[in-house]
Amino acid sequence: MSDPLTAAVGLPTTSVPSRPATGFWRRALRHRSFVLGAALVCLVIGSALLSLVWTPWPAYEIDIASKLKPPSFSHWLGTDSFGRDIVSLLLVGARSTILVGIIAVGIGLTSGVCFGLLAAARKGWTEELIMRMSDFTFAFPAVLSAIMLAAVVGPGMLTSITAIGIFQIPIFVRVTRGSANAIWAREFVLAARASGKGGFRITIEHVLPNILSILIVQATIQFALAILAEAALSYLGLGTQPPQPSWGRMLNDAQTLLFQSPMLAVYPGAAIAVAVLGLNLLGDGLRDLLDPRLARER
Amino acid sequence: MGNPANAPLIDVDNLGVRLNTSRGPAQAVRGISFSLKRGETLGLVGESGCGKSVTALALMGLLPDNAVLGGSVRLDGRQLIKLSDADYCKLRGNRISMIFQEPMTALNPMHTIGQQVAEPLRRHKNYSAGQARTEAIALLDRVGLPDAAKRVDAYPHQFSGGQRQRVTIAMALACEPDLLIADEPTTALDVTIQGQILDLIADLVEERGMSMILISHDLGVIAENVERMMVMYGGTVVESGPTDEVFRRMGHPYTQGLFRARPRFGARKGTRLKTITGTVPELADLPSGCTFADRCPLVVDGCRAALPPVVEVGHGHGVRCIRTDVSMADRVGAVSA
Repeated sequence: MSDPLTAAVGLPTTSVPSRPATGFWRRALRHRSFVLGAALVCLVIGSALLSLVWTPWPAYEIDIASKLKPPSFSHWLGTDSFGRDIVSLLLVGARSTILVGIIAVGIGLTSGVCFGLLAAARKGWTEELIMRMSDFTFAFPAVLSAIMLAAVVGPGMLTSITAIGIFQIPIFVRVTRGSANAIWAREFVLAARASGKGGFRITIEHVLPNILSILIVQATIQFALAILAEAALSYLGLGTQPPQPSWGRMLNDAQTLLFQSPMLAVYPGAAIAVAVLGLNLLGDGLRDLLDPRLARER
Repeated sequence: MGNPANAPLIDVDNLGVRLNTSRGPAQAVRGISFSLKRGETLGLVGESGCGKSVTALALMGLLPDNAVLGGSVRLDGRQLIKLSDADYCKLRGNRISMIFQEPMTALNPMHTIGQQVAEPLRRHKNYSAGQARTEAIALLDRVGLPDAAKRVDAYPHQFSGGQRQRVTIAMALACEPDLLIADEPTTALDVTIQGQILDLIADLVEERGMSMILISHDLGVIAENVERMMVMYGGTVVESGPTDEVFRRMGHPYTQGLFRARPRFGARKGTRLKTITGTVPELADLPSGCTFADRCPLVVDGCRAALPPVVEVGHGHGVRCIRTDVSMADRVGAVSA
């Protein structure tokens, strides 16, 4: 169906980008923050995977004789107060950090988004009930719900993950419901209803895609908060149990030695920062790439 | 379906809508009745807030849950008021469609226009993805979107306002509805585009034998595009009749005021536009009698006593006014619109 005139003159017939799928990776590879974010996230995931098969030193091996060593050829980043190798601890710690972040945010995101979308779609008493329930959950700090959970099922990583996840649900409920309500008020939703779509399809096809960018950004923020919350819970003895390392625990252990060996706090802190930064950049990039309005050449 | 050709397609009888607003219940629509046969066109004209759009949404079953509907709306004899939402979903976009005022916001920015036009076909007609896409391209081509086959995968932000309105028209017409409701379809568009879009709608309505309800605040748009018209004010129909007849012999002081208030071509420089004094009454506390009484130049005590009855002043031409003797005697005779 090509236009004979344009074909004859040899002009480019259209400047319209094609479907999102075909150009996605091409655009993704040119998106700077997406590439950088993906690289950092891969670095963290890679460390966790690597630790399953190899660490420079056994991560749990205590060697009091060589405690608090500065960086050297054998211990690249030195050792901690028990003489454990920092690099090995960071590699192994990446596992629990990733687990906590992904699972806790996963719990919060999936249930929070479902409840939030339901509240926005149904309105009325459903909305009231969901919002009051989330207020109720929100009123309990993560630490308190972790203590309650620990009292019932005992402390451990699972307990802290669940507690953090539950604490995140109301945050996602609120963000989702607020932005979903704004989308429901838009004219294209009315137009979609006028073309015969029901509440469920409108939610999936119209509301969710339009609030995705907000959710992505919120999820990366929550991921960072989950890592820090896990550190706090570990510090209280409610999270990962020693000797299993996590970045949060390493940070807390370093706190008492801040004046003797400040670098002990810097390493896990930097690791957390890298993970959070990577996720943030990745989320930012993903938002840009998924939004057709921003899909121009950058 | 299967009905004799002279039976009404849509029959609205004494439709009333009460909305619960923060200022208390508001009677947004009071006792509207009309019926349309297949292929007929009806215009609704009036100021903002007079109940035009609420009427349209009531026909579509799209009013908020707290709205209370009264009267009856029948499509091919089937009662639509109190129809379950699931059943209404099967009608919307299939037998009744709507075009909205704002083409800039009536399309979802996240989906291609092809997906959005194909969507009703897939749902109501069970087309396969390929069939629906082919049909969508044909529809976009029909509504005059240039290069439809290539642009079917483009996103709404890549189109101008006029082009987007063509896309929403294609969406509304996808399933060949029996009734098209166009709610101010050209208000948000440039004047130069308005005529083209209205011509397109008129062509399509004729070509497909649809009935149409055209909503506008623009008397010119109504005059040129519909066979019959209803003038609404404060939730009631104050005047209704065949378009030619109403324009020739306007009976209601409000219709006359609206007509005088339009800008005129060739008016002398410095001539001020006529206005209707006062403002539209709040729907939450309408006056008990004629809703126009407070702004009417011909008002007498009787106007405020009770809602005036409809007075038949010509063939199918009704005026809700007790002073038609004065208003129509006063009228400056035939006006060529």
